[in-house]
Amino acid sequence: MDLTKDYKIIGMTNSELQTLINSWNFEVEFSEAESQFLNITVKPENLHQLGLQLKSNKETSFDFLFCVTGMDWGTDLGVVYHLESTTHRHQIVVKVKTSDRENPTFDSVCDIWYTAEFHEMEVFDFFGIKFNNHPNLKRLFMPLDWVGYPLRKDYVDEVNMVIK
Amino acid sequence: MTTTIETNTFKSEEYFINMGPQHPATHGVLRLLLTIDGEIIKNVEPDLGYIHRSIEKMCERDSYQQIVHLTDRMDYLSSHINNEAVCLTVENALGLEIPERVKVIRTILAELTRLASHQLWWGVMGMDVGALTTYFYGFRDRELINDIFEETCGARLTMNYNIPGGLMFDIHPNFVKRTKDFIAHFKTKLPEYDTLLTGNVIFQKRTQGVGILTKEDAISFGTTGPVARASGFSCDIRKHHPYSAYDRVQFNEAISTVGDTFTRYQMRIQEMWESISIIDQLIDNIPDGDFKVATNAVIKLPKGEFYQKVETARGELGVFIVSDGKKSPYRMKFRSPGFSNLSALKKMAVGSKLGDLVAIMATLDIVVPDIDR
Amino acid sequence: MGIEKNELVNDFPGQIIPGGNGGNITITTLDKVINWGRSNSLWSLYFGTSCCAIEMMQTGAARHDYSRFGFEVARPSPRQADLIIIAGTIVNKMAPVLRRLYDQMAEPKYVIAMGACAISGGPFYYNTYSVVKGADHVIPVDVYVPGCPPRPEALLEGMMMLQEKIRTESMKHKVNPIDGFDQGL
Repeated sequence: MDLTKDYKIIGMTNSELQTLINSWNFEVEFSEAESQFLNITVKPENLHQLGLQLKSNKETSFDFLFCVTGMDWGTDLGVVYHLESTTHRHQIVVKVKTSDRENPTFDSVCDIWYTAEFHEMEVFDFFGIKFNNHPNLKRLFMPLDWVGYPLRKDYVDEVNMVIK
Repeated sequence: MTTTIETNTFKSEEYFINMGPQHPATHGVLRLLLTIDGEIIKNVEPDLGYIHRSIEKMCERDSYQQIVHLTDRMDYLSSHINNEAVCLTVENALGLEIPERVKVIRTILAELTRLASHQLWWGVMGMDVGALTTYFYGFRDRELINDIFEETCGARLTMNYNIPGGLMFDIHPNFVKRTKDFIAHFKTKLPEYDTLLTGNVIFQKRTQGVGILTKEDAISFGTTGPVARASGFSCDIRKHHPYSAYDRVQFNEAISTVGDTFTRYQMRIQEMWESISIIDQLIDNIPDGDFKVATNAVIKLPKGEFYQKVETARGELGVFIVSDGKKSPYRMKFRSPGFSNLSALKKMAVGSKLGDLVAIMATLDIVVPDIDR
Repeated sequence: MGIEKNELVNDFPGQIIPGGNGGNITITTLDKVINWGRSNSLWSLYFGTSCCAIEMMQTGAARHDYSRFGFEVARPSPRQADLIIIAGTIVNKMAPVLRRLYDQMAEPKYVIAMGACAISGGPFYYNTYSVVKGADHVIPVDVYVPGCPPRPEALLEGMMMLQEKIRTESMKHKVNPIDGFDQGL
């Protein structure tokens, strides 16, 4: 199989992506500062719609979700999705935030990218972020009776943690 | 009347089997909850965390030099490549210009690591499907690579040889000669692997057509490495996003379209040949120069988000650092290849026989601490 | 035609006297000969959680080959094992499993803690919420093998130390290490 051509594909530039995504009217914010990717911040209610559009649109075709990161920005909790297109080879970062620390909830994207099912379980386990429409949301790494969400910045564990 | 008796006697019923966490075929402490109807697998549900060591939390209090040594212990079979991933992220964030010598040495060591990892995988794969001899063949050759590592890095398994800015110390004077000797030796030994296992009829019967993953699923499940490439998903980071010295060597990405267990096996054998070819091209051309550039004793990354991916023996390892300008990262995330590959296990295993599950798991090449972190 | 003394395995604990007519008289104590047999046929359990497991496998493989010292067979089931080599980190979720495996093993049973993690938590001592700081919080340990990971030679040395320990045991004054362990005795 000759793939040498494939390796030279550079998809849409960040500004082209920005123009296209802007035309979809999802009320997103763009940022390229302090990151090598184009970052888009989307409102929680638009997350699933935007994901569907990013994947199904022929020009963007972001079909490869390679990293899902739970984040605790101090006041806000959120999730960072790293996406790549396997046909166009461009990359993008989608961020979603909420200031609700008691009951943070987003829509699940595991029907769009299957791998999100596992990654969302991980995010739930470490940050306590819930996902609507997730088929099997439970603790994945920690014991089922574990109290607290260990990767949150305000997590305190005086029994197990020896702080240095 | 006879029919009713038969249906009553032979009615089938689903039941649960608990596989692991202590099980020789799960390669560590993975636990699988299986729903089984007779021999047929109806559902597979992995239960992780039996070796979850909270590395991401530890990183938030460690300096960047300290983080490097934690990554050895994640995917310990590609420890050198893990180190490289963190170092590259830090170097790119600082905008450091890395000497050519370092890049070439890192590439050679990374390929030796890949060879060692695949040798171990091959030995254990054979053992999982019932051929114990492969275990001794694989480990026999792996010891020779360990000797090279030991002489140059000072350790056999957890190297911690890369540091942000270069290498901890220069390569040993014997390194080039020993590596060449090993490659010449291994070129004669690798065909043995094929004659011993690949051509074996029993082995082929157990692996061909088992655990098929289509290209669409491979992409959607985020699989990478030989698992994804066996399904036709071209995802070799060394080709698509070259780092270190991969942009100047000629090699082919091992790729196929069948997507069954046997193909995944073949991909890794083919990758071993490619690794040999990469080392062949570089080993005589290690440029002179410094083995590191000076960095501050306390490294502080600028504010921002940094992502770097490398190709480990299992697939794409991503390092995501969110820095707030202090000496430790604000958030550190490792996108481990095994975790995403494991998410596709259900897709591959459901519908096949219980015995096939072991063969499928063997070609996923799971390293559980890499999944659990 | 009896066995000459120097033809015997040199670590046999006792004395052989040629008795004539093809027979031999063996003088030893029961303790010694049973311990000699037990110490040279220790079957270990496959129990590798992380990096040390690879070095444990290397110890069993071609170059180091621990079967030379009587660790011939590694067993996947605790029911058939005499020895558990804790090769790797023990985390909170794994600790009950380790304890259950230990309880399932038949007596007499022995434990080797291999590597820094199994001894004290090692590199994962500070700032971690999930690691048990030493496997001896969960089960009693006989031999500690330091290193991260220990070399195969170090593991062999640890295994031979365990053999020495077994040879000094007495059937009459037997102590079960798990007795009083949970009470901190």
